[in-house]
Amino acid sequence: MTTRYQWLLLATVLALGGCSSLGVQPWERNILARDDMLMDADALDLAFDEHIYFSKEASSGGQGFAGGGCGCN
Amino acid sequence: MQLKRKKIAGLLSVATCSLLCTPAQADEGEWDVDSAILYYAEDDDRVQAIEPVINATKDLGDEESVSLKLVIDGLTGSSPTGAVPSTEVQTFIRPSGERSYKVAPNETPLDPSFKDTRVAYGMNWAKPYDRNNRRNYGFNVSKEYDFTSISANALWQHDANMKNTTWSYGFNLEFDQIEPTGDVPDPLTSMDKQMKGDSSDTRNVIDLLFGVTQVIDRTSLFQVNLSLSESDGYMTDPYKLVSVVDDDSGKPADQLFESRPDSRSRQGLYGKYRKTLANDDIFTASYRYMTDDWGVDSNTFDFTYRFKFGNGYYLQPHLRLYDQTAADFYTYFLLESDSPPKHASADYRLGEMDATTIGIKFGREVDRQHSWSVRLEQYEQTGESSPSEAVGQLRNQNLYPDVTATIVQFSYAFIL
Repeated sequence: MTTRYQWLLLATVLALGGCSSLGVQPWERNILARDDMLMDADALDLAFDEHIYFSKEASSGGQGFAGGGCGCN
Repeated sequence: MQLKRKKIAGLLSVATCSLLCTPAQADEGEWDVDSAILYYAEDDDRVQAIEPVINATKDLGDEESVSLKLVIDGLTGSSPTGAVPSTEVQTFIRPSGERSYKVAPNETPLDPSFKDTRVAYGMNWAKPYDRNNRRNYGFNVSKEYDFTSISANALWQHDANMKNTTWSYGFNLEFDQIEPTGDVPDPLTSMDKQMKGDSSDTRNVIDLLFGVTQVIDRTSLFQVNLSLSESDGYMTDPYKLVSVVDDDSGKPADQLFESRPDSRSRQGLYGKYRKTLANDDIFTASYRYMTDDWGVDSNTFDFTYRFKFGNGYYLQPHLRLYDQTAADFYTYFLLESDSPPKHASADYRLGEMDATTIGIKFGREVDRQHSWSVRLEQYEQTGESSPSEAVGQLRNQNLYPDVTATIVQFSYAFIL
């Protein structure tokens, strides 16, 4: 378990390491600013899916807080 | 909701907002209303659900907003009890302890009394702290006849690197109370004896979330989240059973109430990538790895591709692939000769399984005021239906029936 957890942290740190050379200028955000480019676009779809999979599978959460508020699991 | 025709000033305002920040979709003082109704139906008369939801967000100006959400969830159908099938008719006592029901030979035991209505309320308040920092606070209440959940969360977001990087830190506190029909059964005691204890039990959940969203270039970005969750309290399903079978014949000799550990630690790594292609289509891919101290490890891959047509129409195929290992205490059944375990559950949701979702969504961003979509998906879950540990008659039974569910959703968004 500990080793696996360390891998998670290592992967996260490596993923974040390259951030400094990425990005755009403020005037280059026309596409990124579209609603369908938001990471939480289709929020109701995501909420429905989270609820369904929470009630049918043993893992939940990840993008947001772990599912809850339901006696179905 | 996409608001392409929004006035330039509004667009520039959104452009300067960070990417994790929920955009001011409505103008100041307006309500941005998202509504949807979901129909979920499993094959073989198992669970069916109808779930309408409405979420209204009011723009208070200066990127401050407040959201209210209402969800109603109506459930009917039959739910597997965890007991194994038998070549003979089996009789089970309902959770209330008052009546019984019979299961035909070679049929998976299902509790036919599964019926529930859940009502959930949520509210969220988002407010900038300064130019590069925002805070979100949420509060949720959910109520079923045998279950109550209250949770509160806070999420802070910090923009850096000319708002190309957004760091998120948050926590969620949840309190659940379970009031099972017929009171809380004593774990791993015989269903026939109906040994019950208190009328209710509780559990607490603490979630921590650390995330970063990074702009890659003008058309793509990614998100990485690390999540930690600690649960303490009653996590057993009071309605689930574990069969005790004869070592040779495999016939059920007794049915026990299941038992799960009273704590659970979960860790997850989630990554998501989204890109607008040269033809304006949008590709999204995500991966989630979850692990916990119950022994459940899971992988989830999720892909969508949004084909954009003229006049606001779009078509979006969806593929989700999921697999999980079994919880350490998961078992198809117990043998009479087994020494009593500390914990045991035959709940198929804790077993080793694969699941696939294939879906398609069709919709239209009509104008600034309206958008709609229809989503159709099929979910299939498969496990080992003939495990090697099966004995006697169980070798000829399906010990892990597939689950196939159809999901239909209609969504409509508008501005008031």
